[in-house]
Amino acid sequence: MKPASFKYYAPTSLDEAVALLAELGPQDGRILAGGQSLVPTMAFRMARPAHLIDINGIAELATVTVKDNVLAIGACVRHAAFEASTVPGVTGALLRKVVQNIAHYPIRTRGTFCGSVANADPASEWCCVMAALDGVVLARSQRGIRRIAAADFFQGVMATVLGEDELIVAAELPLLLEDTVTGFVEFSRRKGDFAIAMALVTYRLESGSIIEPRVAIGGAETHPRRLPEAEALLSGKMPEGGAFSAAAKTAALAIDPMEDINNTAGYRRKLVQTLLQRALETAA
Amino acid sequence: MNARREINLTINGTHYAVTVEARRTLVDVIRDDCGLTGTHIGCEHGVCGACTILLDGEPMRSCLMFAVQAHGRSLRTVEGLQRGERLHPMQEAFMRHHGLQCGFCTPGFLMLAVGVLEKRPDLTDEELIEILSSNLCRCTGYENIIKAVRAAAVNMKAPA
Repeated sequence: MKPASFKYYAPTSLDEAVALLAELGPQDGRILAGGQSLVPTMAFRMARPAHLIDINGIAELATVTVKDNVLAIGACVRHAAFEASTVPGVTGALLRKVVQNIAHYPIRTRGTFCGSVANADPASEWCCVMAALDGVVLARSQRGIRRIAAADFFQGVMATVLGEDELIVAAELPLLLEDTVTGFVEFSRRKGDFAIAMALVTYRLESGSIIEPRVAIGGAETHPRRLPEAEALLSGKMPEGGAFSAAAKTAALAIDPMEDINNTAGYRRKLVQTLLQRALETAA
Repeated sequence: MNARREINLTINGTHYAVTVEARRTLVDVIRDDCGLTGTHIGCEHGVCGACTILLDGEPMRSCLMFAVQAHGRSLRTVEGLQRGERLHPMQEAFMRHHGLQCGFCTPGFLMLAVGVLEKRPDLTDEELIEILSSNLCRCTGYENIIKAVRAAAVNMKAPA
């Protein structure tokens, strides 16, 4: 099908975009960045925005910067940017591992990190990364910049705390320390499809024991989040089978899985257990 | 609401000035307004890859972008592959290795493979299969497409 009519705006400055959003947001105006989720939704006429504010012409939003050990990903940075060595160190290596799982290459050349965060699909890999690393969303409006922690940002299936006049200008990720071990595994039935579940882990070792463990699960619940119950079982333990399977079993019980026509809650629990186990075993 | 905009597109080096509604997808404008029907429309929601073209050298789904967004940009479609009477090495390879049957998905596969190999000529087999998983083919079972792209990768490196 073809998208319904809308009015198109192509601001070239951030101030202009934010002013347009303040005016048009309350009148069913939406931001258009990569469009890889919005445009298909419009083609199905599940979305019929009255106004589209295209932010692709705002040069300052297309940058990735590292400052004071914080990675700032601008609103127009494409998924594909993370396939190259754009981001240094272990954080870059983790993002390279994750990005391979996002849709397909011709989608990754257009879709954006921040767009994925704004869309808040439960199966979004970047939302899982934001939750796992305690990322921060920078929301700009005419009222100023609001910094929103990932743990507060995601509210449910495609639901966030973002106001209708707020534009995500960047997402921030604290850089991992260089001795951090990371693992990411997801499962989908077809290559490039939405994941049924995913697990992301990071930890460091001190005298052979796990410290600062992070365990995040995506795709299984209404939104990705860290699982403190599973992290507690890893903390202070040796990185091996016993601690891994205890954490994986606990994660499976701790989640409140979504159900759909193909995947029961029980199946998603088992999948989370398997994926977390694999993420821990393959973490490097 | 239905305001039309004037846009300029450069497709395969040729300049097109067209006036379009904002809601028109890039692929529709390439086909209907610019008359280049080599690019096919399959699913219209970014799943099948039949409409894959190169935007500033990068493969992308032309059904997932509005034509107004491509104003001033440079595009390449399947019509731009051959040089005079001579087919592009990728087109030659698809013929030789039977990488197509009905041909509906072919323009998308050609542009995907050409776009990626121009940037990354030394793809491993694993990377190649990952890239080719982007597009759907319902005739070949993919094996011959993989063979064709592997062969073309070698020929594209050879000096013309």
